[in-house]
Amino acid sequence: MAKTDIGPPDYKTMLPPVISRNYGKWLYHEILKPGVLMHIAESGEALYTVRAGSPRLISTDHIREICDLAEKYCDGYLRFTSRHNIEFLLDDKNKVDPLIAELTSLNYPVGGTGHAISNIVHTQGWVHCHTPATDASGPVKALMDEIYDYFVTMKLPNHVRIALACCLNMCGAVHCSDIAILGIHRTVPKTDNTRVPNVCEIPSTVASCPTGAIRGDMKAKTVTVNDEKCMYCGNCYTVCPAMPIADPDNDGISIWVGGKVSNARSAPKFSKLAIPFLPNNPPRWPEVVEAVKNIIEVYASHARKHERVGEWIERVGWERFFTLTGIPFTDKHIDDYDMATETFRTSTQFKWG
Amino acid sequence: MAKSKTPLLDELEKGKWPSFVKDIKQAAQKSPMAEDLLQQLELSYKDKIGHWKHGGIVGVKGYGSGVIGRYSDRPDLFPNVQAFHTLRVNHPTGWFYKTDALRKLCDVWDKHGSGLTNMHGSTGDAILLGTKTEHLQPCFDDLSAAGFDLGGSGSALRTPSACVGPGRCEWACIDSLDVCYNLTMEFQDKIHRPMFPYKFKIKVSACPNDCVASIARSDFSIIGTWKGKILINPAEVTIYAGSDLDIQKEVCDLCPTKCMEWDGKTLKIHDGDCNRCMHCINLMPKALRPGKEKGATILVGGKAPIVQGALLSWVVVPFMKLEPPYAELKDLIERIQDWWDENGKSRERLGELIKRVGMRVFLKAVGLPAVPQMVKAPRSNPYVFFWPEEIQKEVK
Ligand code: HEM
Ligand code: HEM
Ligand code: HEM
Ligand code: HEM
Ligand code: SF4
Ligand code: SF4
Ligand code: SF4
Ligand code: SF4
Repeated sequence: MAKTDIGPPDYKTMLPPVISRNYGKWLYHEILKPGVLMHIAESGEALYTVRAGSPRLISTDHIREICDLAEKYCDGYLRFTSRHNIEFLLDDKNKVDPLIAELTSLNYPVGGTGHAISNIVHTQGWVHCHTPATDASGPVKALMDEIYDYFVTMKLPNHVRIALACCLNMCGAVHCSDIAILGIHRTVPKTDNTRVPNVCEIPSTVASCPTGAIRGDMKAKTVTVNDEKCMYCGNCYTVCPAMPIADPDNDGISIWVGGKVSNARSAPKFSKLAIPFLPNNPPRWPEVVEAVKNIIEVYASHARKHERVGEWIERVGWERFFTLTGIPFTDKHIDDYDMATETFRTSTQFKWG
Repeated sequence: MAKSKTPLLDELEKGKWPSFVKDIKQAAQKSPMAEDLLQQLELSYKDKIGHWKHGGIVGVKGYGSGVIGRYSDRPDLFPNVQAFHTLRVNHPTGWFYKTDALRKLCDVWDKHGSGLTNMHGSTGDAILLGTKTEHLQPCFDDLSAAGFDLGGSGSALRTPSACVGPGRCEWACIDSLDVCYNLTMEFQDKIHRPMFPYKFKIKVSACPNDCVASIARSDFSIIGTWKGKILINPAEVTIYAGSDLDIQKEVCDLCPTKCMEWDGKTLKIHDGDCNRCMHCINLMPKALRPGKEKGATILVGGKAPIVQGALLSWVVVPFMKLEPPYAELKDLIERIQDWWDENGKSRERLGELIKRVGMRVFLKAVGLPAVPQMVKAPRSNPYVFFWPEEIQKEVK
């Protein structure tokens, strides 16, 4: 019988000796070049971090290749970042360039530091989830191919965080990203009245709907959806397989901009709607790639140094954002959903008194 | 040469960014499950819809979470992914690994699953992507023997995560790794056995840069901060002044509280006005450091949009010292969870519950005093409620 509740391995056993020795005693850091950080400790010791991109969905053999590299260059110590990057942790400066050379020869992008576009946080999409309105890995790959140069350089006004979630459940919590790519359904689930009685339990189906849009029809042993209340979340399909929400022609992608998480300068903020709908066009989603590239380019050429996308837009004004990017403003951009709690302090910015 | 069975996905092998399609194909060499995943995904690319469905709770003995059940809606075409469940494996805090541990994980997964992973999922866990129902328990047994455990899913405490903090960052005001690991170990039961109204997430960032996005992605956000003066090293300021950094324009002018003064020689900060946004420290790491009295700001309520719109976490404890064994912190988490557990409706996140009943009720229930740091501004509507004991009783 396997032991339960042992918890994850103790991170202290995973730290490279240079980190164990200087834990909590770091003095400053420098970005030596794109993808390379140098942290200097009070002891004078240095830690070199080499950051490389990954597609997130990786095979065990790919992980073993990463292990080989870590063993060859940094005694087997590495970490992953919350944005799915791989970081090699070195204590020997002389090994940095040979590592980068080998990474480059194996087609790993090295970068994602400083004023760059780091890896795109994303979710499962068609690879593993049951309610996606679009794929996740595919649009990410197509977009990263096109903006690759911004990953391996640091030439933007500030860093640009991009995230993708494949439905409005937003597992990737994309709602505070500089640019968020969000899959949306636009049509109500298609209830198959002949199958509902056999495969679905009516009370739990009714209860699954967050907006109360589903009514049980006990006589016909099926359910009806109030189209006006449905906001296309797909929860009902989770409980009732006879209510598929996917719609190949009407599912697609929306683009949101100007969110941030860090408290630097301005408070954290939500991303706001820029483009309500773009079609799903696999395998390379050209409309989505073009739209995101356009926003990045306009930001790159108009924002002041250190301005995040949202800070730039707030300085110039949203009306100018739409003019500069050429994105049409529509009635969809005007909020008509309930949003309150505006007076809560959603930041760590306050005075002690 | 035989025509490719995956012409659409093949397109995604082109281009400079590493391709997930190559990884799926690599795994497919060894695993029929990965091969069928590839073929089903190609069909999704053709049909422009997903081909997975929900159905049937699966898991491992003794746990109610850690496994996401998944079934193909075309088992006729793709029998090897008829069931394709994922395991969420709790990552070592900070996502630090020694390769021997990673290799063990790979060996277990090659033995029991598709050979495909997410390093890492957006929950923070290492995701072992796809296996059959009968492999779940043996896979868990081998994971456990290799020193790994499952993370949270469903209406449970989710795997807590932390920024790299003192492991590598000079700005860490708290030991984010230790806090996270300590809470993870303390709350194993809450992670593995869902018993809450809904999910509950804890994330720890060691300074207001908030590199794990705890303010946006957790119900209980712990963010390092400090009291007192930002430490200034004048010699380093002088060196920055001689570099291509324009201290006036790039640092002082962008300070949100305009509390910095620079006369070309000396940098002055009026710390009483500083809101600790980190901007100046970010730009001049050698010259400026967070103040000496360190601790954390605790914020609650953050969540993604479902059901009532997205919320960012808001302040409930402006400053808490965080030192092992973190008794005050754990006590607060327990009080908050108990109150939520008792009062929350099914699938109501903490933030939504507070929104429904009001901060006044929340604060009283968990025993926290109201302080001005909690709000951007006092209320402007006049619909003020008082407690019964605050009302003058009728004098008979
Ligand atoms: C009201 C109806 C339901 C809703 C809203 C719902 C929602 C969810 C959600 C949000 C998750 C994701 C958990 C996560 O984020 O990790 C999930 C997972 C799951 N659900 Fe459901 N679900 C419902 C009913 C059901 C039913 C009826 C079954 C099975 C018969 C089921 C089986 C599962 C399984 C196996 C998982 C993955 C394991 C887990 O995360 O615990 N669900 N469900
Ligand atoms: C009704 C609402 C929701 C439903 C039905 C739902 C359902 C699911 C399901 C089924 C998965 C597993 C995907 C897979 O591996 O197949 C998942 C993953 C996940 N969910 Fe949700 N979810 C909901 C809301 C949320 C919310 C509000 C959040 C965050 C605040 C969230 C965060 C996550 C994360 C981080 C993952 C892992 C994603 C990844 O790494 O790919 N979910 N969810
Ligand atoms: C040496 C280490 C690091 C340094 C110097 C650093 C620096 C910074 C700075 C200066 C910001 C605020 C940027 C701004 O808004 O002006 C920031 C934000 C952030 N960092 Fe880091 N960081 C470090 C490590 C990390 C790591 C390891 C991760 C994750 C893997 C990370 C993820 C983030 C995220 C997600 C944000 C918030 C982005 C947002 O506002 O949306 N950082 N970091
Ligand atoms: C419970 C809440 C409120 C009560 C009991 C209340 C009561 C009153 C009363 C008695 C008057 C004077 C009417 C008159 O002399 O003809 C008045 C005027 C007014 N109230 Fe309110 N009020 C309330 C809330 C508000 C709010 C929330 C607003 C605006 C946001 C507002 C805006 C005004 C304005 C603009 C006037 C006209 C002032 C003027 O003509 O000089 N009131 N209110
Ligand atoms: S965002 Fe939606 S479709 Fe994507 S993994 Fe989460 S629940 Fe599934
Ligand atoms: S898709 Fe969501 S909102 Fe629409 S009926 Fe189903 S559960 Fe309700
Ligand atoms: S949150 Fe602060 S302390 Fe933690 S890694 Fe980011 S910058 Fe460093
Ligand atoms: S931390 Fe922010 S508010 Fe404080 S002095 Fe620096 S720039 Fe100004």
